[in-house]
Amino acid sequence: MSLLEIENVTLRFGGLVAVDNVSLRVEEGEVFALVGPNGAGKSTVFNLISRFYDPAEGRITFDGHDLLGHTADQVPSFGIARTFQNIELFEQATVLQNLLVGRHRHRRTGVLSNIVFSPKAHSEERRHREAVEQVIDFLNLQHYRDKMIGGLPYGVRKVVELGRALASEPKLLLLDEPASGLSVEETQDMAFWIEDIQTQMGISVMMVEHDMGLVSAVSNRVMALSDGKELATGTAAEVQSHPAVIEAYLGTGEISKTGTSRA
Amino acid sequence: MRFVFKTSYDADIRLFKHRAQAVWYFLLLLLVLATPLYFVAIGDAYLLGEITGVLILAIAGMGLMLLTGHTGLPSLGHATFMALGCYLNINLLGAGIPWIIAFPLSGLIAGLLGTIIALPVLRLHGVYLALATLAMSILTSDFVVMAEPWTGGIAGAAVPDINIFGMEVNRYSTPYKFYYLVLFVAILLVWFYRNLLRTPTGRSFTAIRDSEISARAMGINLTRTKATSFFLSATAAGLAGALFGHSAGYVTNETFDLVMSITLLLMIVIGGLGFIHGAFFGAIVVGIIPVAIANGRSFLASTFDININIPGLESALFALILVGFILFEPMGLYGRWLKIRTYFELFPFYRKDMFKRQKSYLKTDRVQ
Ligand SMILES: Nc1ncnc2c1ncn2[C@@H]1O[C@H](COP(=O)(O)OP(=O)(O)OP(=O)(O)O)[C@@H](O)[C@H]1O
Ligand SMILES: [Mg+2]
Repeated sequence: MSLLEIENVTLRFGGLVAVDNVSLRVEEGEVFALVGPNGAGKSTVFNLISRFYDPAEGRITFDGHDLLGHTADQVPSFGIARTFQNIELFEQATVLQNLLVGRHRHRRTGVLSNIVFSPKAHSEERRHREAVEQVIDFLNLQHYRDKMIGGLPYGVRKVVELGRALASEPKLLLLDEPASGLSVEETQDMAFWIEDIQTQMGISVMMVEHDMGLVSAVSNRVMALSDGKELATGTAAEVQSHPAVIEAYLGTGEISKTGTSRA
Repeated sequence: MRFVFKTSYDADIRLFKHRAQAVWYFLLLLLVLATPLYFVAIGDAYLLGEITGVLILAIAGMGLMLLTGHTGLPSLGHATFMALGCYLNINLLGAGIPWIIAFPLSGLIAGLLGTIIALPVLRLHGVYLALATLAMSILTSDFVVMAEPWTGGIAGAAVPDINIFGMEVNRYSTPYKFYYLVLFVAILLVWFYRNLLRTPTGRSFTAIRDSEISARAMGINLTRTKATSFFLSATAAGLAGALFGHSAGYVTNETFDLVMSITLLLMIVIGGLGFIHGAFFGAIVVGIIPVAIANGRSFLASTFDININIPGLESALFALILVGFILFEPMGLYGRWLKIRTYFELFPFYRKDMFKRQKSYLKTDRVQ
């Protein structure tokens, strides 16, 4: 049994078929990349897994649980965490507070014990902070720890969003374009982190990314999508040389080995 | 500039960031505890009654601040929850239940009823939620009239005195006791509020305020969390309403009107949305304006023989002040205070744009 199984999933927005009968499996411990031109339906696949959308047809199971029987806010409890293509952080809060929200699925105390700050709530807070400090150290965020998100540069925000997802200690991490808008050095850092997340933390990763350099460097398997349909699945090299993939990208100039171009 | 070295995880769980801060709040506590001494000395407790009124407003303000400032849900109907708390308190006391039980109970029931009323509108956003709560506020007076057996209707109802284990507390005959009682409730609620904000419950509120979509992606149940915030908010408003009743002595269908709901909202915006301090700063402003206008009037009349009798002057001044704040100081009075404090802490390194918020980046293609 694979960690994540998507079977024959279809989603329509009115007349537009955003995801067309897509099936894929993410195995435990692997980095799985989803590539494709703009509007291919990659983010929509993520939003389906997150249960923001209801598919018209198909099945999505994670770790033996039928995700379609659950709501969006129950998805994290199975061990799925995600980032967003356009960064969705809590703007009026500090980096630390953002990461602490990532711990939400691990909370064990209720409103009453929070209000009176019971000893149990206190020790729970301490545990959350220990976990969050580890993420801060891992991602080198010490300097930004108590800064408000509102004033942070774009690159740092991307890292904070990764940190918030990591703080939830997921089994599967969904990264929607983790390197978009990042400088070459920042992209390199991101690649190292993704490798460490896979090998040292044992977290499986599914990512959407246009930077084929990053995709080739970190992913075990790649699936190419176009117009909601699967074009090819395999290693990065296999997918990049697949005729259907080359055709889909023809003229867009997007797919390249260095992968610096991005619409 | 002060650097806070973290020596343990407790460092930022604690109520006070550093010792100097704890000392300042301790001094403030001493000041508010000693305030009645001054009025005993001058032998006139009139102004102390006004200060008590400000504290009651601040309690209601904290309730609204939790909902609007920290959860991002506007309400133009908090006077309704104050009315609920007030009339519940009157009726529970009337049924012979001791104040020490009736008072918290009326807050809790007001919170519960408030949540039940609010559940259908919790799915609404921004201006729609504001309109729904506005409608509730408009209907309140009619409901008070309809529920005459419990509320006294248009004729109104007298609020029984407070009796705590035989100790009588009345705004006029024992103003000092009443002040300390209200102060105790206010401080207790501040402590609860601070605890909320440093634990998962409060963080889930602010998460919803800043991004509903990523709050959900982090496992926060929107409906349940909003309902929790509404419950706590309406409970605080209910408690404030009960105290307001004791302070007024007599309440009618016009006591908890729309103007009061609007005043509460203005108050927290002027004070500074998203800060507990904001509720207090706002309450002080709202408490001072009528006194200032009255004094200004009599000053003009006695010194220059100018008589100003413009009806609605207070509301107009309120509106002006609010517009001024939204235009020039969106972070409210507390924001202004933060800037002044930072200026002195960093002297002479303060930069003018230090508090400028960077323009936020693209928002996600909103998932509906
Ligand atoms: N909420 C929505 N309502 C209607 N159409 C949508 C919605 N979300 C996405 N779409 C459409 O579905 C298609 C797939 O969108 P999606 O965001 O999944 O693309 P993508 O592969 O992530 O592209 P990009 O690389 O630009 O992020 C697009 O044509 C898009 O316009
Ligand atoms: Mg996308």
